[in-house]
Amino acid sequence: MLTTFAILTDGLVYAAYLFLVAVGLSLIFGVMKILNVTHGSFYAFGAYGAATAVGIYVERGWPDASGFLFMLLVAMAIGLVLGFVLERGVLRLVYGKDEVVIVLVTYAAFLILEDVIVLIWGPRSYGAYQPMVAAGSIEVGDLILSNYDIVLIGIAALVAVLSYWALKHTRYGRLLTVVIFNRETAAAFGINVTVVYTVTFIIGAMLGALGGAVMAPKISVTLGIGVEVIVLAFAVVAIGGMGSIEGALIGALIVGICRAAAVHLVPQLELFVIYAVMALVLIFRPHGLFTQAAPRKI
Amino acid sequence: MWSRANLFGALAFIAVAAAAPALPPWLVSLATIAFANALVVLGLVILWRAGLVPFGQALFYATGAYAVALLSRYAGWRDVFLLIAVGAAAAGIVAFLVGFLLARYRDIFFAMLSLAMSMILYGVLVKTETLGSTDGFHVESGTFLGYEPRGRALNLALFWLVLGLSAVSAFVITLYFRTVAGALAMPARDNEIRLEFLGISVTRLIHLKLVISGILAGLGGALAALAVAHVDPNMAYWTTSGGFVFVTILAGVGSVAAAFVGSLVFELVRSIAIDLLPGFWQLILGSALLLTILFLPEGLGSLFYRLRRTPEKGS
Repeated sequence: MLTTFAILTDGLVYAAYLFLVAVGLSLIFGVMKILNVTHGSFYAFGAYGAATAVGIYVERGWPDASGFLFMLLVAMAIGLVLGFVLERGVLRLVYGKDEVVIVLVTYAAFLILEDVIVLIWGPRSYGAYQPMVAAGSIEVGDLILSNYDIVLIGIAALVAVLSYWALKHTRYGRLLTVVIFNRETAAAFGINVTVVYTVTFIIGAMLGALGGAVMAPKISVTLGIGVEVIVLAFAVVAIGGMGSIEGALIGALIVGICRAAAVHLVPQLELFVIYAVMALVLIFRPHGLFTQAAPRKI
Repeated sequence: MWSRANLFGALAFIAVAAAAPALPPWLVSLATIAFANALVVLGLVILWRAGLVPFGQALFYATGAYAVALLSRYAGWRDVFLLIAVGAAAAGIVAFLVGFLLARYRDIFFAMLSLAMSMILYGVLVKTETLGSTDGFHVESGTFLGYEPRGRALNLALFWLVLGLSAVSAFVITLYFRTVAGALAMPARDNEIRLEFLGISVTRLIHLKLVISGILAGLGGALAALAVAHVDPNMAYWTTSGGFVFVTILAGVGSVAAAFVGSLVFELVRSIAIDLLPGFWQLILGSALLLTILFLPEGLGSLFYRLRRTPEKGS
């Protein structure tokens, strides 16, 4: 019983993290048809930015709540700048090329940004545990839960609801839906697709940085944290269906629970299970759970 | 015309083999690794010509390497020819099995699924104690049909072995590109449905290409394991696959020779860059990749053809 509860809570926390990193990736793919490897850099920059922000607020002695908000804002500002520079400076040059070529372009940008991190922050690792400690913990039965984890789940839920609402009920969201459905028709009807692309990419980058920021207090912010995130986020998005927000949510839950179950029951299978689930889903639903297979064009 | 290219290639291989004893040992080691990796790149070229970008070739590379390492550690096999043959065969079998799933996919989905497959192996390797866990383990130096070289002689023997296998592979793959299955790569990339209307199963075609490229990657991995004398899970990590993709783009898929030259240039530039500008390697790598895609989309190999063709237009 205790194990079941622990699996569920751990799974939910991990799912929250996965959803936050996967939703931006999914959004960018849905709108722009770009599989964005640079997403790992957004995550890493967000985490490093958050660690710096935590350092500043602890030094100045600001209250913890405002410090936490400051941390998120710094990370998202970094995401905004990075997203803008990448989309306008690099991706604009390769629109219209093969999808796989664009993946490689983002891979190149990812490699460059990995070293830019070293240039800015140096090779040492950073701790940003203060918000996590300040949040404290509660006891539920025999289980100790960190309040920070609950906040994490809350943030993920908020992002899920907000993005769903923004897509379905705002003017910009409806424009996005049109562009997702057919880019050329949308352009023909006078939607400025160039601007939609830039804004979408920036939002995706900010979401990636946000994912890094909320995870920074839970991990050691060190070199190479972006590498793992990319494959994880790919797996989640592939399970749910590329470009679907609901898909990212369901994919994150499935992977989160499966991984937590593996960690508690058979720890050796921790990494294996994530990709095994992905392969299994793809065998039966080649394009993910939430995407309709497109007819082949001659 | 093509027999002249073959003759030129054979002469180049013989020249390199003859020059090896005169070269400094570090260069020989570097070339050994470079040509072992070039075999993997050659496998990528086969898939690439059919429009597929395998982002998980490290799966077969690591399978070949670990097959060699495990056999020499637990079964006590020492003969390099036997080890390499088993390594390549093991990778070929893995490729055949995952091919049933992978061959149904195209484009990004193919890239991602092959990546996931290699990450499964990575996950297993990292978490399994008997497979060496995160540290991997040492590979004993092999024997060559009873001959047991040491030091400099081993260095050279391995290099000649890699070179010989490279020459044979290059020749076989050149022949393969001229067979029907080989020549169908580009039509499959351009329009799959037309090919199927002609009565050709594209899925089976791609399955075959996967197995061939898997065998090549296993061969490369087995040779790399012997050359480095160590295997570790990073051989299965997706950044390893990314490196192979990188060399393929750099070299271009126009010719077999480009894979070998590209791989050699890559290893040379890497060792120089790490020496002169430590900490900037990924920056250089990324910039080079970006510039290649933007300005030389056919790879460095195309530069050669371009230079050769330009005067013809004038005459």
